Amino acid sequence: MQDKVRQWLQSRFADDIIREDNFRDQQSFYIRPEALLPLCQALMDDRELEVRYLADITSCDWLGHEQEMGGRFEVVYNLYSLPHKYRFFVKVMLPAENPEIASLTPLWNGANWMEREVWDMMGVTFTGHPDLTKILTPGDLEGHPLRRDFPLTYEVPQFTWNKDQPPEVIK
Amino acid sequence: METRTLQINMGPQHPATHGVLRVELEVEGETVVGARPVIGYLHTGIEKTMESKLYYKAIPCTDRMDYLSPMMNNLGYCLAVEKLMGIEVPERVKWARVMLSELTRIKSHLVWLGTHAIDLGAMSMILYAFREREMIVDIYEACGGQRMMTTYFRIGGLAEDLPPDLDKLVREFLKVMPERLKDYEKLLTRNPIFIRRTKGVAVISAEDAINWSLSGPMLRGSGVRRDLRKDEPYSGYENFDFDMALGKNGDAYDRYLLRLEEIRQSLRIIQQALDGMPEGPYRAHVPGVVLPPKDDVLHKMESLIFHFKIITEGFKAPRGAVYQGIESPKGELGFYISSDGTNKPNRVRVRPPSFINLASLPALVEGGLVADVICAIGTVDIVLGEVDR
Repeated sequence: MQDKVRQWLQSRFADDIIREDNFRDQQSFYIRPEALLPLCQALMDDRELEVRYLADITSCDWLGHEQEMGGRFEVVYNLYSLPHKYRFFVKVMLPAENPEIASLTPLWNGANWMEREVWDMMGVTFTGHPDLTKILTPGDLEGHPLRRDFPLTYEVPQFTWNKDQPPEVIK
Repeated sequence: METRTLQINMGPQHPATHGVLRVELEVEGETVVGARPVIGYLHTGIEKTMESKLYYKAIPCTDRMDYLSPMMNNLGYCLAVEKLMGIEVPERVKWARVMLSELTRIKSHLVWLGTHAIDLGAMSMILYAFREREMIVDIYEACGGQRMMTTYFRIGGLAEDLPPDLDKLVREFLKVMPERLKDYEKLLTRNPIFIRRTKGVAVISAEDAINWSLSGPMLRGSGVRRDLRKDEPYSGYENFDFDMALGKNGDAYDRYLLRLEEIRQSLRIIQQALDGMPEGPYRAHVPGVVLPPKDDVLHKMESLIFHFKIITEGFKAPRGAVYQGIESPKGELGFYISSDGTNKPNRVRVRPPSFINLASLPALVEGGLVADVICAIGTVDIVLGEVDR
């Protein structure tokens, strides 16, 4: 099945595939961000592969590893073919400034909340999303908590002897 | 005459929302025309916390997400780390994990059954469901000492070997449970009020269920053959003989029958696991990665050194990303771990089944009656600890 997916992608989107990764027998393709929407549309419509199930969308922050990864933010699309019982990943790398990618909500209803979560927690903008609003964090929180440069927490106890000092940030 | 829709706020302190879920409803008379779930009241930043911990120390974070099925969360995380590190666990561990996972499934379904029935007015159900749940909690207590947040599965094995009295406890449970299931059915399956409240309510077609990325009973209730235990077997599920329960109409009543059938199938798996439980070590022998058994730590020099090193500085994972999905009672629970080659993960993503199933709530309730919103929330089977993480 690995070869089949590879051939299928190579025959149609050869220019858009940057590299393939097969860590622990899990196939993932790094593609150019512009190709995401047409590629997913083609995967969905294809009668041979039938990739109709979007299992998950998630993201990683590669702060400090931008050079070797080819971008700071990685968005991971976890795709699954129900008839073939085969899972593979499509990944895109986005730059540190204004990370932006096309939304998959027009294709999959399920992508709606997944993309909202990625936007809220990681700050990746999904263009064409119908309702890109905060989902998990409170409305007055600034920033995106899952970024590596967002501090984990503050040292909470403030006593009389240190109440004028700023709280200590735990990285 | 002018007519306009009415906005109703449901929750977050509403008892039938199973936690702190708020739904902004837009109603026209008794008909729901719009629904918007609002979540995040229980957000604790578990994924962020896990990034800052050594691989070992993140296990207690996992069972605090879906607190109704703690062992499943432990299992998913441990399997993902084992995949990342390339650890093969002993047979006894696999079988013990399967048996305890299936007990967890029954435990979670029992809470669902009790609360769903009480939402729909069948008061007595919860008393019986919690009576049987107590037996499973006792089994937990015998295993790890904890009744809810077990943290019993560890990377490469179990926290300690299965206790000697476990066999008796589980056999006792296997003996009484089939009879009790019949009692539940007597109370609900042909109960006209229950049928009127659930049949044809919160319907979702197979095509829509796939498009909404639903999983677990929500997907199988619409007749889609998808069960990770069968499709992507993990932890030795391919050795067990059980059937996949399927619904037909995709309504709340079908999902009720399906979950009861899942309890029956789980009992079959537990019976097989108990009868065929292999002997052997309860932890893999991978020096430097898996904690050595406690006896060795007390008597052998190198085990003590490895124990000390793993606890203080952990182990370095190879660079790469793995995903491990398991069939939790709520659906596909997945852990995506991305490692940058250090002793802490770069990112741990939990694919929360209740979060993604809950996203489809507007599709389930729009066009229905206000009273059926309660039924729809119940039938999705959410745990807000997992939705918000």
